[in-house]
Amino acid sequence: MMDHMDTLCQETWAKSSSSGNELAKNIPTKKPSFTNYNLDSHQHQQKWEDTSIFGIRTDTPFQEFNPQSETQSLLPSNPNDHIKIVDRKNSQINETLQINKIPDWDPRAMLNNLSFLEQKIHQLQDLVHLIVGRRSQVPGQPEELVTQQQQLITADLTSIIGQLITTSGSLLPSVKHTLSATTPPLGQLGGILFPSGTGMNSRLQRQHSSGTKVSDQSNQMDVTGNYGTEQNYSIEEHEMKEEDDADEGENLPPGSYEILQLEKEEILAPHAHFCTICGKGFKRDANLRMHMRGHGDEYKTPAALAKPNKEASSEPVLIKRYSCPFAGCRRSKDHKKFQALKTILCVKNHYKRTHCDKSYTCSRCNTKKFSVIADLKTHEKHCGKDRWLCSCGTTFSRKDKLFGHIALFQGHTPAIPRDETKGLSSGPSDKGEENDVSNKVGSTNYSFGSSDATGSGAQNIMDVKVGVDDPASYFSPLNFDTCNFGGFHEYP
Amino acid sequence: MKRQKMTIEFDDNNSNKSNNNLFDLLSEEIVFAILDLLNTNPLDRKSFSLVCKSVYNLESKHRKTLKPLRQEHLPRILNRYPHISHLDLSLCPRINDNSLTVISNACKDSLRSIDLSRSRFFSYNGLMSLAWNCKNLVDVDLSNATELRDAAAAAVAEAKNLERLWLGRCKLITDMGIGCIAVGCKKLRLISLKWCLGVTDLGVDLIAVKCKEIRSLDLSYLPITNKCLPSILKLQYLEDLAMEGCFGIDDDSLTALKHGCKSLKRLDMSSCQNISYVGLSSLISGAGGLEQLTLAYGCPVTPALANGLKNLSALQSVKLDGCMVTSAGLKALGNCLISLRELSLSKCLGVTDEGLSSLVTKHRELRKLDITCCRKITDVSIAHITSSCGNLTSLRMESCTLVSREAFVLIGQRCQFLEELDLTDNEIDDEGLKSISRCSKLSSLKLGICLNITDEGLAYIGMHCSKLTELDLYRSAEITDAGILAIASGCHDLEMINMSYCRDITDSSLISLSKCVRLNTFESRGCPLITSLGIAAIAVGYVGLLSLASISCLQNMTVLHLKGLTPSGLAAALLACGGLTKVKLHVAFKSLLPHPLFEHLEARGCVFEWRDKQFQAELDPKCWKLQLEDMIP
Repeated sequence: MMDHMDTLCQETWAKSSSSGNELAKNIPTKKPSFTNYNLDSHQHQQKWEDTSIFGIRTDTPFQEFNPQSETQSLLPSNPNDHIKIVDRKNSQINETLQINKIPDWDPRAMLNNLSFLEQKIHQLQDLVHLIVGRRSQVPGQPEELVTQQQQLITADLTSIIGQLITTSGSLLPSVKHTLSATTPPLGQLGGILFPSGTGMNSRLQRQHSSGTKVSDQSNQMDVTGNYGTEQNYSIEEHEMKEEDDADEGENLPPGSYEILQLEKEEILAPHAHFCTICGKGFKRDANLRMHMRGHGDEYKTPAALAKPNKEASSEPVLIKRYSCPFAGCRRSKDHKKFQALKTILCVKNHYKRTHCDKSYTCSRCNTKKFSVIADLKTHEKHCGKDRWLCSCGTTFSRKDKLFGHIALFQGHTPAIPRDETKGLSSGPSDKGEENDVSNKVGSTNYSFGSSDATGSGAQNIMDVKVGVDDPASYFSPLNFDTCNFGGFHEYP
Repeated sequence: MKRQKMTIEFDDNNSNKSNNNLFDLLSEEIVFAILDLLNTNPLDRKSFSLVCKSVYNLESKHRKTLKPLRQEHLPRILNRYPHISHLDLSLCPRINDNSLTVISNACKDSLRSIDLSRSRFFSYNGLMSLAWNCKNLVDVDLSNATELRDAAAAAVAEAKNLERLWLGRCKLITDMGIGCIAVGCKKLRLISLKWCLGVTDLGVDLIAVKCKEIRSLDLSYLPITNKCLPSILKLQYLEDLAMEGCFGIDDDSLTALKHGCKSLKRLDMSSCQNISYVGLSSLISGAGGLEQLTLAYGCPVTPALANGLKNLSALQSVKLDGCMVTSAGLKALGNCLISLRELSLSKCLGVTDEGLSSLVTKHRELRKLDITCCRKITDVSIAHITSSCGNLTSLRMESCTLVSREAFVLIGQRCQFLEELDLTDNEIDDEGLKSISRCSKLSSLKLGICLNITDEGLAYIGMHCSKLTELDLYRSAEITDAGILAIASGCHDLEMINMSYCRDITDSSLISLSKCVRLNTFESRGCPLITSLGIAAIAVGYVGLLSLASISCLQNMTVLHLKGLTPSGLAAALLACGGLTKVKLHVAFKSLLPHPLFEHLEARGCVFEWRDKQFQAELDPKCWKLQLEDMIP
């Protein structure tokens, strides 16, 4: 029976093309759990063979098994992973302690977590049902099997508890970055949320990386115990633009945060951190620390390289919010409808964008100007790609936007790009280039020869009349009186 | 006809009687009223105008429509006819910007309609001058102008009063050009965008948003999806919607539509592979006034589909070409529909005597029936059709091979109003033809691959069917010169004749056919005897082709496998036929004829096609037919 199952399973694994060789190697180590879980009928096997993308339904058992029993074989490079996860859970418990103090949470993530939990519990329920059912059917089961079943259930339960903690952890005050710290376990445990064809291998890698992240997190936890706004600066910079706009809706009760206001000089200073020895300036503290290593061995100790903790105490820290020093600005704390800026970078970008000259000009279009160099770079990526033009002069980067615009406004028409009319005469709206184009075209477009029917225009017509080889054209009614020269005066 | 002749004589008498201008007594209005009636044959007006100067002037004043053959003469004729409102240039294949400018300056505001559907040598410039000078343009046909781009469409958009616009096969026009037209031509009632492959949802959507007056919309073969459907169905006056071969539209998107289009009268959903009766019934749910429904090459005809058509009381015409048909489906169709006038089951698989008989007995008012390639039907169906549908005007039953020769006698006996009859590849014999000659209104008769008919049967047709305009004798091997002579002497209105692979046809047939002045299409592939007179073949080839060449409006010419034809004879014929637009020739001629000749003809707008097919006439016709049947399942 077991052997038969194994071969079958291996076959199915081999069938799932995306999983590849890695998977085949992994399988033998998992034999016991595998067969236990789906001991029973041929129906199940049938189903397995049916699932073309392997892992949709079978991921679950592995997921729970990995940390418990097989971590070492699967993740030889990270033998302490298991323990660290426990550490992390401790830290999460710490986090839960802080819940009540400062409310700040993301409802969507919460919902995600909750639905995941629900799913999980249902699965466990099914599993227990299955076991109960089988016990009643086959009374005499080997000891080994029973213990493995128990292990399985324990593993599931642990994961659910862990998830519960994580979910409550998302209620923590620590803004978004705490969430990012808690998502790795979500990804790890919640592999089932994102079942993918890549199979086991990729998920294991993810687990691996999450393990290391977790260890960082717990380290930091030990030292600082602080989840406040002082987060990794580099992450913030990437997210800054979004945050700058996204914090509009933030509604912190007055007094729940402290307002800091930097001076104009401070904001515009290129560097915020200076080397005490050589005076070199740095934008980032971390870069300064890296730089300091060059000044001697004493700066190379872990303590010196570690991120300085401003407040070592585990006391709750007030969230910091920033005010703009520019008088009358909505972002200034004196304004009636004051809206705080979240971080220092927000302050810098806001101040430059709103209260400074736009000194960076786009080298391509020479019209757009920016005060923040990142904005210029973003613009340059798209500059020149606005090829959808309306008759009103507005350009669009997408055709559907142009058509939406035209549908909305009366009298606006799509403007045909210049290169398409090249070689023909230009449209009625651009008299300026009329003569140039018509010269190129020659006699074929003589009726548009010039906009005011000057001598040259008439000359053109004469040429054409001679050029027509059929004598019949001499009888043509084409004379200067009837020839309206394209009726330019009737057009704007 | 009589009336026309009388009027001409009357005018003749008047002008001859005295030197005083009697036309002073005859008011312009009366002459115009007479001229209004002269519209069957263009030559009538011509001869009328040649009577005298006054009549000539009157005719010039009266003429509203013009269909010139050569663009070289355009300036002159436009000078002669100052009141032209409709200009059909489909016979001048090389209309260029120059001509368009001449036209626009000559016609000015009187021009309301122009047909440029056969030309692709004009551009943005010509259209621009047309749009500027002819402010009252209502109809413009730009079909097949494959070189036109968005700039040209923008020029068309300047014609603000445009109501009907055909842009079929303008493949280079994109949404931008269509957008210009949508904004510019607000009064548009009809627009055909068939095969405009550059137009997508955005362009069509904008048309529907901006042109609220649209009655007729042809979106066939456009790469559109469901996104443009809601705005199309919001068009208040839309009556005619064609969406043939729109693969991007499927059932799901149609069922999601909240409301169908109430004003719809004609719907064409042919070749829409992704639409079944579910989507269809959702689309036509609100269209109670639907009159014509075309579902060719679409979903299978089942009782479910028929049920979906139940509430359409006005439905008169249903076309189901190439669909899978079940007998139950046909029966249900017969029961669900109220009074059908037109039914096409051409190339449908699964049409049986049972299904077809039950349908036709329910719909006695049927006028047009197409059962081409319904290979399972027998005499039973024909008996039912002829007995219940006595008013049939059109019956097409190509390749109904199980129908026996006796059945065709029934057609002649019971359906005497027939105008169009397609009996290609059938068992009909001379008795059948004799019976069919009773249908005196017959104008189109197709007898291709009818191996049982002879000159005798054809003589009956020639004697009684004087209105015949179209005759197809493709591979009817028993026909000889005598039969053609009978047709040529009896059917003076003949416009098209196909005698390909009638091996016994000789030059005398061609000479007799030269009497038919309206002949414009003539096919004589695989007639080896046309020039089989040895050395005299040169002269015969000359005579044969030149006698046809005198028919100056000959447009299409196919000359293949005429063994005795000499290059010089061909060259003379080609030069004589000024209106030629398309010539198919055997490859061998390419080297025999001088190159400048081809250049000259191409400059006149004639397209050459070179064929290199083996002559297959040595094959026995019956054997050939069997081969054909092998290929067709």
